[in-house]
Amino acid sequence: MRKRNKNFELYSGGTPSLRGTLAKIFILGLVDAGVGFVLMILFGKEKYGFAIFLGLVTLLVNWIYLRRGGLPAKYLAPGVMLLIAFQVYVVIFSGYISFTNYGALHNGSYAEALDAIQQSAVEPIEGAAEYEIKVVKAADGAVLFLGLDLNTNKTFIGGEDYAKHPWREITTADGLVVDGSGYPTSLSGVTFLTDDQIVDVDPGVTTMKIPLGPNLDTDGFIATADAFFAQQNRFSYIYDEKNKSMTRLIDNKVFPADDSSGFFENKDGEVLSEIGWQVRVGWSNYKKIFGDPDLRGPLSGIILWTFLFAFFSVFSTFVLGLTLALIFNDERIRGLKIYRAIFILPYAFPAFLSAYVWRGMFNTEDGFINRSILGFMGSEHRIPWLEQQGPARAAVLLTNLWLGFPYMFLICTGALQAIPNDLTEAAGIDGASPWKIVKLIKLPLLLVSLAPLLIASFAYNFNNFGAVYLLTGGGPFLNPTLKVNAGATDILITFVYRIAFSGSQGADYGLASAFSVLIFILIGSISFFSFKRTKGLEELTQ
Amino acid sequence: MTTLQARHPKSKRGGVVRWFMQVGWKHLLALVVIAYATFPLVYILSTSLTDMGGIENFTLFGQFYTKNYTDLLTSPDYPFLKWMTNTVTLAGITAIISVFISALAAFAFSRLRFKGRRPGLLALILIQMFPSILGLTAVYGILSKLTDYVPAIGLGTKAGLILVYLGGSLGGGTYLMYGFFNTVPRELDEAAKIDGATHTQIYFQIILRLVAPVLAVMALLSFIGTFGDYVLASIVFNTTDQYTVAVGLNLLLADPWSKNWAMFAAGAVMSSLPIVVLFVSLQKYITNGLTGGAVKG
Repeated sequence: MRKRNKNFELYSGGTPSLRGTLAKIFILGLVDAGVGFVLMILFGKEKYGFAIFLGLVTLLVNWIYLRRGGLPAKYLAPGVMLLIAFQVYVVIFSGYISFTNYGALHNGSYAEALDAIQQSAVEPIEGAAEYEIKVVKAADGAVLFLGLDLNTNKTFIGGEDYAKHPWREITTADGLVVDGSGYPTSLSGVTFLTDDQIVDVDPGVTTMKIPLGPNLDTDGFIATADAFFAQQNRFSYIYDEKNKSMTRLIDNKVFPADDSSGFFENKDGEVLSEIGWQVRVGWSNYKKIFGDPDLRGPLSGIILWTFLFAFFSVFSTFVLGLTLALIFNDERIRGLKIYRAIFILPYAFPAFLSAYVWRGMFNTEDGFINRSILGFMGSEHRIPWLEQQGPARAAVLLTNLWLGFPYMFLICTGALQAIPNDLTEAAGIDGASPWKIVKLIKLPLLLVSLAPLLIASFAYNFNNFGAVYLLTGGGPFLNPTLKVNAGATDILITFVYRIAFSGSQGADYGLASAFSVLIFILIGSISFFSFKRTKGLEELTQ
Repeated sequence: MTTLQARHPKSKRGGVVRWFMQVGWKHLLALVVIAYATFPLVYILSTSLTDMGGIENFTLFGQFYTKNYTDLLTSPDYPFLKWMTNTVTLAGITAIISVFISALAAFAFSRLRFKGRRPGLLALILIQMFPSILGLTAVYGILSKLTDYVPAIGLGTKAGLILVYLGGSLGGGTYLMYGFFNTVPRELDEAAKIDGATHTQIYFQIILRLVAPVLAVMALLSFIGTFGDYVLASIVFNTTDQYTVAVGLNLLLADPWSKNWAMFAAGAVMSSLPIVVLFVSLQKYITNGLTGGAVKG
């Protein structure tokens, strides 16, 4: 408690400079003005919920910075807010998604799915009229179709809003002028649109549906594919709002909305449309991960390889980096600084470029490694680097070694330099050999201080998406019998990425989110417990 | 220079052998390491100077053409300079703001005592372990909502992407800087306090100045990190003009894979050169920046 009081006194009081106060007021004013502007837009768009939320957050920010005291909040607020918006929220959102069937097939809400299903299935009404149309604009700005019925030579007009511009017949009495063959050339009160203007119509003439009666769903509508000809169409499925079901007009089958599968599905399990909506599915994504035999087979191999990959990446980079650091921590070497600067070049080269460069060099036929390096050594044999499991995994590890050893070299050098000289000198005077000094004094000290970084490096490599994905794409894909697409160098994160975003299998965000929650728990607890055993967390929790 | 060589002048044969046993072999080893560390870079530089276009570059510097560079710089399909400007803007702004905000938070964690400090620090590290690539759906969701509400920071805007980068980079940056702030002696704060300094004066005029080199290194590392991002940039932007170097060069390599290889090589050389130069010139501070925080001697 005494410590806290002392601390409080240390950073409170003092005379704020005029410049500082002005700067604070200026920045806060800028923020408030910006938010005020956004709030006006939001109110204009009637997004009241978000506007109120934003307003409250801004009030909170003002309170934090204008009140006396509350120092920690003043320093933490910007970081914490960004962290909540883009990290904490992402974690929570993924957690929520993992309990839903969100994915390519279940992309939105029930209403959105309903709309999409209806729009996706449209059929022409058999034997109904066809029109040649002109696109025109009414005095109120509405875009209308002016249609000449090709069978009867009667002219009709109407717009999307049936209440204002119902589809109706018009004659010369309404101010219609037609040419010799009966085509309309002008009409009082409307302007004919030019081709350019038609192209500019938002959202597009071809998506317009001009209702034939007050009920778009049952009465049918006029639609055009090319802005020249139009047909009378109807939706293939009719929605029954009371029973929440769809009726397919072609065979009058009824498909009730099934809120457990997120599809319109009848008793026989027949699905009306591939388009579904998002529903909560409980633990089923998690059950799938642990129970689905299609997944379980490749998954166990992938998990094992993920651990091996992360371990060997840390181990190999650390051993190489440490060895170099020990050898080159020697002031007698001329040009040491230049050596060090060149050693860390791979770290300076943007990692995505490195991955591509190595991918090119590993090419079996024309790659630099097979042709020039191995060829130079007299080997005619071409190693199928990225085409077979063993070589591909070796390639991934070799690339990652090259990418990672400079970092280890840097931190080992730094840590070595932090070991007090008198310690090693004393040991030298006592007659310890250089190797013994390394083994008994330097290494233990290094390991203690570097352990947290090694753990962090393990965690990083466990999810090192780029190192695998940019080099091999997770491939080669050697087993076409698998139901899921699992490659020979896939680590968990690349495998799950493909589940989440690949087109071929149909993106399944729900399943991918369940995976990411599990990966998070796994790597989080591994790190937590290893931190706990090292000095790193001790310091942290003092 | 070294007392060792003065004591054992190289003119004596035994001295040379001794010198080699102790120091000389390290030069030989250094050459091997240099070859290992740089051969992919030398390879890509040499490839960028060939005129074949594909990956068939078997002898280093067998050719010397600048065609790939001029092609890339004048290509209407691949606006490389535009990509560079986009990337530098994005990465630069992100680096500056993220360092500033991380340093604020690190000061609070290092100097102030408040409820939730320890769990806060721990949470900061652990939240970084969430596989952020898999949070893409959520990030996309946030941005497309923002597109509806405030288009200026929504999809397809640099501001929106910068916000996302900031959210992602804060945890690690804060933690590294927290360690470094701890190495700045508290007595300095106390002395300043006696002179009547407020907390902002202590922070801006004493601590920030002392750790300025570390701030530069943090900014550089953040810059490189943002520079190398492919995934986020590829979902946020969808016209060639908006692309970053990472997304653009990937476009260059898109199928068939090695057709534009030499042009890609030229792009790789041009885009990485500034970073490599900066990095090497800041090398001394980088060692301190990475270890000073986490490692305490």
